[in-house]
Amino acid sequence: MSFDNAYEALAEAHDDSRWAFGTGFEDPLAGVDTSVPSGVDGSDLARYCLMLGDDALVFSHRLQQWCTRAPELEDEVAIANIGLDLLGQARLLLARAGRADGTGRGEDDYAFFRAEHEFGNVRLAELEHGDFGQLIAVLLVFVTWRLALLQRLRSSADPVLAAIADKGVKELTYHRDYAAQWAVRLGDGTAFSHERMQAGLDGIWPFVDELFAPHDTESRLSAAGVAVDPATARAEFDAVLDQVFTAATLTRPQTPGKAGVNGQTGRGGRHTEAMGYLLAELQSVARGYPEATW
Amino acid sequence: MVSARAIAETVRDPELPMLTLADLGVLREVSESDGSVTVSITPTYTGCPAMDTMRDDLVHALRGAGYERVEVRTVLQPAWSTDWITESGRRKLAEAGIAPPGSAPRRTSGPIPLTLGPPARRVCCPRCGSADTELVSRFGATACKSLRRCSSCGEPFEHVKEI
Repeated sequence: MSFDNAYEALAEAHDDSRWAFGTGFEDPLAGVDTSVPSGVDGSDLARYCLMLGDDALVFSHRLQQWCTRAPELEDEVAIANIGLDLLGQARLLLARAGRADGTGRGEDDYAFFRAEHEFGNVRLAELEHGDFGQLIAVLLVFVTWRLALLQRLRSSADPVLAAIADKGVKELTYHRDYAAQWAVRLGDGTAFSHERMQAGLDGIWPFVDELFAPHDTESRLSAAGVAVDPATARAEFDAVLDQVFTAATLTRPQTPGKAGVNGQTGRGGRHTEAMGYLLAELQSVARGYPEATW
Repeated sequence: MVSARAIAETVRDPELPMLTLADLGVLREVSESDGSVTVSITPTYTGCPAMDTMRDDLVHALRGAGYERVEVRTVLQPAWSTDWITESGRRKLAEAGIAPPGSAPRRTSGPIPLTLGPPARRVCCPRCGSADTELVSRFGATACKSLRRCSSCGEPFEHVKEI
């Protein structure tokens, strides 16, 4: 195989590994022992994998929408890279779900052929990002929360989840540094950048409490040592954000959490209006041409 | 017949073609049994799209050498670290103008400390050797590299990030 010319490599007849829907992505868990640990409910485990996987998939999609829109080339590349890391985590988690619930569904089945109420991501992940200040606010909150969760998940009783978390922690560590450094630069920058950064935080804060409210599935699985009870990550999350807010001269918003519908929020499949539009874009090609390959 | 391990060790990384998968520490194990070969590889980054290409390239190289039955397995744990890049791999990176990684950060079980300033890391310019270099962007053209610039010779260069 030649590596001197990218187009030549693409044209090679045996190469069927293009990177998009319908191109026969290989199973990201090929050869990994995905048996469900004894005493663990397979459908609960699958649902939990979908929650964590949907957080990553949906938030990655929001980050991908920044492509060609970032203020500078370096940030364009950074945001795309963070989105790619999260998409990688989503692929493993969605694939793990299909093994755990016994349906054998693949990552594409979950990503492209589920309805909105079947997605278990937190609502924070699906929010539209108004401007760069809001992007940094939501990114900081999302990755700080996810890093605290995955750091705890490294000792999960499910070895596959533990391995995915172990790897994810390395990536989320530098995602968080990126977001925190930008929050400081904007917050402690000009009057205008401070105002936009604070407005970004204020806008997303109603969706923060939801991150730490365990869904029934999470409670059951955390009792079994498989999942993390998100409430246990709150103190660490608050401490990290306080450190950033102090350095950035930002004020911690005091707005209360936004209520769900009939007691259900994102984990229970109740989403905001933005979610339908997001899924329409994410799923349109796959639904329009469900058997397509190229 | 050349051993399956020897063949697998010749396969190169699609994004860093100066390195073999063995140099990169991605190739974890090659075993042969009754004419079938099992190769274990570990992903560098979870989202790295090169994984599928690596798998295809391994199968292609081994089939070309006469091994018909080839299985490529993914190993998720322990997670890949840049500490696994071999000495020869580091030399080849530097020769290609890419600064090799220093030692990876130590893993802890408690909360991971936040870094608010640029990481204080000494990275020498792969062209002139000067230690007077600065970080331009922590993210580069691939997930594994950051962008730096040498203040002595003025050349920009890539650096494989420590993870």
